[in-house]
Amino acid sequence: MILIDLAVRNLRRHAVRSVLALVGIVIGVIALASLGILGASLSLLIGGLVSDVSDTILVTPHVAASSGDPFDPRTALASSLSDKDVALIEKAAGQNRVIPMIRTSKRFRADDASGYVTVYALRADDIPSLLAKEAGRYPAPASPGVMVGSLLADEFDLHVGSRIEFGNESVRVTGIAAERGMGIDIYPDYAVIVTEDRYAGQNYGMVVVKVRDSADIGEVKAAIDGQVNRRKEKVDVLDSREVLQIYYETRDAISFFLLGIGAVSLAVASVSILNVMIISVAERRREIGLMRSIGAQRHEVLVMFLYESLALGVAGSITGGVASALVGYYAAAAASEFFGGFGAPGGPAAPGAVVAGYIIVGMAFGIVASVLAGLYPAWKAATLNPIEALRYE
Amino acid sequence: MNGEPIIRFEDVSKVYSLPAGAVVALDHVSLTVDAGEFIAVMGPSGSGKSTLLNMMGCLDVPTSGKIYLSGKEISGMSDDDLTRLRRDHIGFIFQQFNLIPLLSAVENVEFPVILTAGREESRRRATEVLRAMHLDDALFSHKPGELSGGEQQRVAIARALANDPDLLLCDEPTGNLDTKTGTAIMDLLAAENRRGKTIVMVTHDPRVAGYARRRIQIVDGRLV
Ligand SMILES: Nc1ncnc2c1ncn2[C@@H]1O[C@H](COP(=O)(O)OP(=O)(O)OP(=O)(O)O)[C@@H](O)[C@H]1O
Ligand SMILES: [Mg+2]
Repeated sequence: MILIDLAVRNLRRHAVRSVLALVGIVIGVIALASLGILGASLSLLIGGLVSDVSDTILVTPHVAASSGDPFDPRTALASSLSDKDVALIEKAAGQNRVIPMIRTSKRFRADDASGYVTVYALRADDIPSLLAKEAGRYPAPASPGVMVGSLLADEFDLHVGSRIEFGNESVRVTGIAAERGMGIDIYPDYAVIVTEDRYAGQNYGMVVVKVRDSADIGEVKAAIDGQVNRRKEKVDVLDSREVLQIYYETRDAISFFLLGIGAVSLAVASVSILNVMIISVAERRREIGLMRSIGAQRHEVLVMFLYESLALGVAGSITGGVASALVGYYAAAAASEFFGGFGAPGGPAAPGAVVAGYIIVGMAFGIVASVLAGLYPAWKAATLNPIEALRYE
Repeated sequence: MNGEPIIRFEDVSKVYSLPAGAVVALDHVSLTVDAGEFIAVMGPSGSGKSTLLNMMGCLDVPTSGKIYLSGKEISGMSDDDLTRLRRDHIGFIFQQFNLIPLLSAVENVEFPVILTAGREESRRRATEVLRAMHLDDALFSHKPGELSGGEQQRVAIARALANDPDLLLCDEPTGNLDTKTGTAIMDLLAAENRRGKTIVMVTHDPRVAGYARRRIQIVDGRLV
């Protein structure tokens, strides 16, 4: 089509200007797509929590001014719950199972790899109620064996009977926990699970209450609050829904923020296209007048300029799409590194389909933004009075 | 033709209202142009010659009065209708800036054709009319900037003829050319008139006007 030819030739004639306008779209598409991918990775990371239970109440030591938000750094302040506190919670919880636990870390060594590993110490009879078993048996009280999380087992090639260095002692793996994913209570897949008698005398860091009938959650919460916090604010009581709510809100805030940045960069990009197109129309007034006087209809002039902005949009979006595939990959990798401490192993990389989806969305927005930006200048060109346009010097 | 004059102006005026006062570009002009005529429009600068020609080509609308093309009154037609009329029935040749700078000579000639016909058909017709204008085949792919003024005007005439229009409107077609080149261009236009095209041509030059078979004098927007 001659109108497409004309549009492309005009862009080529002003190569530098076209490339500059293109850069805006490229950046906009990269921003939108890679930030979308980053947001999706975060969602995924947090979404892992959803796999869990709606029957869990979390009791943690009350930290002054703590919001209960898991991302709140004050939450990390050390404090603990005593046996007496646990007894009060048990009284309040009635029939429901109360699981006090100590979460710590210890030096770990298997083969020639070593490092610190998360350790959960629980009462022996509580372990089966919290964890499914993949192989071997659950740790027994006063036995020297430990249970390891499934991903830890995979990574270090541990089996029932393997020997690991755990702290200063050498222990045997007697059981492997089934993969469970990250939960709001514990994340056992990369941890070592032992019975609490290894830490006898230590206070607990957290108490999990498994409520049999989820309809009772409110009641049980209120009872615990009433029992333990009677004289002073000693513990924070959160149920799984509240915890998830906080996670969701955090995730949504981050996603909106990231997508907002992407949208703003695209808006800026379309302003630069608008600018280029307005200049292009102004420069070509006589040409437009000539075309109109020899028989080009208004809509043909309109379409010619729309092709121009469409061509910019398509070229910019394809470049941006390819670039964001790379940037998005590194952004996801960076996110996984950053959150790797408490995220899923290997990082919360969004799956290929999601990444491709965001890139396509970014590209679509890039193209739409370009065409929208071209609409006004194209309309201006189409409605020029041919005589006045011809006279223009 | 259906016996109607190809152009009929009935009491046509064009007034531009400017802050400094109204400018009367055309003042109650009535005229007819019959099919097959070759008319030269002459008059001093600013007398309204281009305005008259642009109205004949449906590029401009009168402030008052009526214009009929082949018997049809044009004031009721839409912009698209008028544009189609220009494309299919009228060929324009201006003094300068006749060609689209981004298109080659042959593409310029194709432009009004390709809007409705296929690419091959357009190329065939464009080649045909360019050869009839004695333009060297080697120049077909040149951009307007790479052609001389005379060559550009020949391409412009070819472009005006490409859709085989009934009417050619020329606004000082030789104004930018030397005498010899101008004569060559006029010979081409005269040949088109002999072949049956109606031509209305604006010119200052009495020698150029000598090619026409009828002259219209215009002064201050009035025919004299
Ligand atoms: N768009 C416009 N706005 C205001 N005045 C105009 C406009 N177009 C033409 N005129 C005025 O109308 C009058 C006729 O103009 P026109 O272009 O028809 O003259 P012309 O006879 O073709 O002159 P020339 O020989 O110099 O080309 C002039 O006085 C001109 O200034
Ligand atoms: Mg004039």
